[in-house]
Order: sequence, then C-alpha cells, then structure tokens
Amino acid sequence: MARLSRDNLALAQEILARYPRPKSALIPLLHLAQEQDGWLTEDAMEHLAELVGVTPAEVLGTASFYEMFKRRPVGTYVINVCTDIACSLVGGDELLEHAEETLGVRDGGTTADGMFTLQGVQCIAACTEAPCLQANYRYAHRVSHDEFDQLVDDLRAGRKDAEIPRHGVLARVRQTIPAERAAGAIVPEGQSEPAWLAAAESDAS
Amino acid sequence: MSDTPPVDDATPAPDATPRELPRVVTSRWGLDDSHTLERYEATGGYQALRSVLDKAPQAVVDEVKAASLLGRGGAGFPAGVKWGFCPPGVWPRYLVVNGDESEPGTYKDRILMERDPHQLIEGVLIACYAVGCAQAFLYVRGEMALAQERIAAALNEAYAAGYVGKNILGSDFSVDVVLHWGAGAYIVGEETALIESLEGNRGMPRLKPPYFPAAQGLYLKPTIVNNVETLSNLPWILTNGADAFSALGAESSRGTRLFAVSGHVAEPGVFEVEFGTTTYRDLIYEHAGGIRDGNELKCFIPGGASAPWFFEEHLDLPLETGAVGKAGSMMGSGAIVVMDHTTDAVKACWKVVKFFAHESCGKCTPCREGTDWLEKILERILHGHGRPEDLDLLLDVCDNISPGLAWPPRQTTICPLGPSAVSPVNSAIVRFRDEFEAYIARAEPPAVATVGGPVPVDIRVGASS
Repeated sequence: MARLSRDNLALAQEILARYPRPKSALIPLLHLAQEQDGWLTEDAMEHLAELVGVTPAEVLGTASFYEMFKRRPVGTYVINVCTDIACSLVGGDELLEHAEETLGVRDGGTTADGMFTLQGVQCIAACTEAPCLQANYRYAHRVSHDEFDQLVDDLRAGRKDAEIPRHGVLARVRQTIPAERAAGAIVPEGQSEPAWLAAAESDAS
Repeated sequence: MSDTPPVDDATPAPDATPRELPRVVTSRWGLDDSHTLERYEATGGYQALRSVLDKAPQAVVDEVKAASLLGRGGAGFPAGVKWGFCPPGVWPRYLVVNGDESEPGTYKDRILMERDPHQLIEGVLIACYAVGCAQAFLYVRGEMALAQERIAAALNEAYAAGYVGKNILGSDFSVDVVLHWGAGAYIVGEETALIESLEGNRGMPRLKPPYFPAAQGLYLKPTIVNNVETLSNLPWILTNGADAFSALGAESSRGTRLFAVSGHVAEPGVFEVEFGTTTYRDLIYEHAGGIRDGNELKCFIPGGASAPWFFEEHLDLPLETGAVGKAGSMMGSGAIVVMDHTTDAVKACWKVVKFFAHESCGKCTPCREGTDWLEKILERILHGHGRPEDLDLLLDVCDNISPGLAWPPRQTTICPLGPSAVSPVNSAIVRFRDEFEAYIARAEPPAVATVGGPVPVDIRVGASS
C-alpha cells in the first residue's frame, strides 16, 4: 500500500520516457500501481502525480473515469460475466445469476475470503463465443454453469496460477524499447519534417 | 511467449473462413504460431514494408487511395482520403491505432491483435512511412490482456529485427511504435476521446470542428487515427496492389471485411467475406448456419449496437455501404447480432440502451440525461410498471438526442453515442409496438408510486416533432 517500489519506479521512468508529454503515461502508470498493490491506493496516486507533474486531484480525475481502476480493495480474482445483448441472448444473465449463487455474493460483491469479486459487465468482445466471462481479464468462452463452478474450484486451488495472475497484473509481457534501436519520443513542439519525407521531396524536385 | 499459454487458446477457435473465400487479413489465423515473427516472416511478412521503403511516400498514399480502403472501425471513411487531410507543412504528425474495440457485438480487432500482431505492426509502419508520422501509439483496450501480451512480444521481436525504431531496415525511416493500454471506457473508441485518453485525461470527446484529428489531434498536432482492421489490410494491399484489392467487393465497398455473427444462430463465428457482394442472408444462413433450432428470424442488428435494426426483408441486401445506408442502417463495426422469434424485443431494446446509458461519458446533457431516462423508462415497462404514455415519452427523449429520428442521425451531442441509444428504441417501437403495449397493458396501477424510476413529469418542450 504505498508509493511505487524502487523496481516499479524504474519501470515507470522507462514508460514515461516513451511519451512526448508525461501525462500521456498516466494510464499505463495507474495500471502499474494497481499491479503493485492489487488496487489503486491514494499514496500511489499521489506518487504518480509527482512523477507526471500534475495534482493528485487530476490523477484521481483520470483514474475515476475508467472502470478497470479499483479505488477499493477487490478480490484476488475479479470475475467479469458479460450480460450484454449478444451474451444475454444465449444465457449471460443466467450465468451471472448462477455465479452469484456459487460465490454467495451479488453482482459487485466480494467473497468474505477476499478471493473473488463478481461483476456483471457489458461487451468484452467475444460475442460469437457467448456466454463469456473474464477472470482477471483472461477469457473463458461459451461457459456452462458447470464450467463456471470448475473455474472457481481451479482458481481457489491455485490450478490456474500459470495462466491467470492475481488482480492488477495485466499483460505479463512488457514492451521494452532497446536504447540503441529507439527513434525517441517526438515532442509536439518539434517542427521538422521527417527525414524520409524530406528526402523523397528533394528527390522529386 | 509460448511458455505462458493463454486461457484463450484452450477454448475453440472462432470459425475460420471457408477456403474459397478471399483471405486478406485472416490468412494466418489457422496457424498455432501465427503471432510469432518467425511464422510471419515465413509467410511473406514484412515484405510489403521492404517494398514500400523503395517507393516515395506519396506513391504509397496513392496506392491506398486507389484501393478504396474504407475505415473498418465504424464510420467507414476512406483511409487514403483521411490521410490526405493532414495540413501540409505542419509537423510532427502522429499515428494513433484504435484498438479499443468495444461496440456490442463486435469481435474482430481482438482476434487480429492476438493472432496476427505483426500484420498490424507492418500496417502501422506502412501508414507512418506514407503519411510522415514520426511516432505511433497503439492503443489497445485495457481488458484485452492477451492482445497486449502478443503485441508487446511482437514489438519486442520487431525492434530486435530492425523493423521498428531508428533507421528501419537501414533506411532513413525512423519511428517508435508505443504500445498503450486503455482502462475500460467504451467512449474511448471515439477518435477524439481516444486522443484525450492518450493525453492522460478522462476520455471525453472533443468538438469537431475544430478538433478534427487530422488537423488538430494529439497535442493539437495532425494525427491519423486508424482502426486495427483498416491497418491490417495494408500489407496485403501493398504486396498485391490496389487493383487486386479493388477487384474484390463492389462499388463503394472494396476488399474483404470481417463480420462477427452472434446471437441466435446455429454456428456463431467471425468470417472474412467479400465486401459489397456478400449479403446478410449469406452471412447468417450460410456462414453462421442459419437460425438456431430451426427457429424464425425476428430481427438482427446489422452493424453493432449503435445500428438501427434490420428484419427479414433486409436479408438480401448486399454488405455495401451505400445500399445498407439507404435501407436505414449501417454496417458499422461489422457486428451482426441475430435474434430469433423467442426474443423479447422490449428486453433486447433495454439491454442495448442500458449499455449506452452506462457508457455515456456525461459531457453532453441530452446524452447523459437522455440515455438514463430511456433506460429507466424501459426498465419500468419491463418490470410491469409502464404507463400508456411511456412510448411517446421514450420517442420524445429520443427526439431530444437525435432530432427527427432521421437516418443518418442528426445529433444534439458532440459525438454519436447519444444517437446510438436512439437506434434500438426507435427500431423496437416502430416494429414491435404491440409488445411494448402488452407489457404496459399488464402493468399494475398505480405504476408510478411503486418504482424508484423517473418521476413522471412532462418534459415536452416547444414544438419538437
């Protein structure tokens, strides 16, 4: 529950360097803070404000717009069951009801052991594979009620640890731009025409 | 990458395109290692980039213009023409890739990003070279963890191999492609909201004019915003030529297009079909196996949740922009949601409206308040507390968001999200008015006192029609 760790601070600096203006890095940095703590703490948001050069209120302003940022602790696994139009036509609502019964919490609730937060969500782009869900943003397609129960058992027993990281960890592969290959962030104040365009124009004239 | 098998690959793949159909963007979908650089290079990858570097940038723009490649995000604007809108002599220019796919019913960009990330990256590089964009940002929807991993891995490979970054393939073409994650907001799929989000702000759309991205986009500099599928077409076009591309399809809709067919069909799937000539009937009855259980078609959403609904009589329309527009709807994001005769039209309408009410960013009053009212009125009808005057009230709220309920929609809002919520309401009431009336006839009096919904004041203003 804190500011970014030393390792994460180094990562944050690397991410910041990719953007022409530091505030552009805010959403990726909010994800990094959420990855560190499992949710978004006020301390972390204050730290990001320093890094990006805006007020903590502006960081909160951005964070509060986006649904993935959790400003309260959530379960180790956030289960998003889709109940939008395509899924609801083939059992999405029933799947959410079943999930509520299995987990013993209502839509939006977290189990007493802190393992699961259940959310009914809208379109997660798997409409042909309905009804679908995500566990920490990893998909399960055409989910039957039995398969849901099995998933919950597997997650509880740690059998999915290799595939589904704890909440907050999104992509486990990060982009790294090697210094010797980097073209560099292009600041908006720079007024020059790119070299390859200028060269092509002088060829043509 | 391969040491972390994604959950996704354990589930059945979406149906691949049948052999006889053209495969412009889906040619590698069937391969297990389609996302790797090795496989991409072995199947012709990055050859288009090599050939492009020998041409003048303007020649590349001309090739894409000649191909008549329409944007695949929803609005369907010609990509080459869009590129030409950057004001001359204003630098730098940026490219922003819209990978925030979230229109209900839409499932294509995610597969393109997961299964063929290098094809997208090559498309990004071709576009940057042609337009003169000095930096590119690949904005991927936050909820798509696997797509983010696959693109990150692909970019890392491509940087190491010299395809991205400084002096690409030894040329004077240099550009960084930065992978950027969203964090859950449908509205960010709108291009000016995407730019706001990329600047680290709340994702609220900007007013156009003056903020047309090509003129005043990211950091108020010229910015091209292109959809994932649009850019994924570029390697094929530059390899095979504009003529080969425009030989596919018809009239104003050239090439192929990805369509996701979901809902009450026997075999839902994502299909790459010839644009402009294939019909809705082909897609629903041939590719997707027809209506499930031999049921009858009730209606279908022809282009994402924002699109007005189509019915039996529209099945033989070709997937061609002009024809679908004239018939009163749109192909939008290539999402077809099929409903059979067992569907409750009131509930389906409420579901779609609920989405837009939830996703309204709150910037414009007609949308922020209107979509909420629509949702609550529909909810009370559905829950047996509707009033006879509710149907007129629904249409009146719709009229406040989209005056005249015309197609293409007029709007009192900055972006099209508000009018998108009007489409399902207008479609459902016009076609299935009896179902709404049946709910209302069954309602228990006194309806209003028993619900926490909107207070029944008359909001009619002036002479709105």
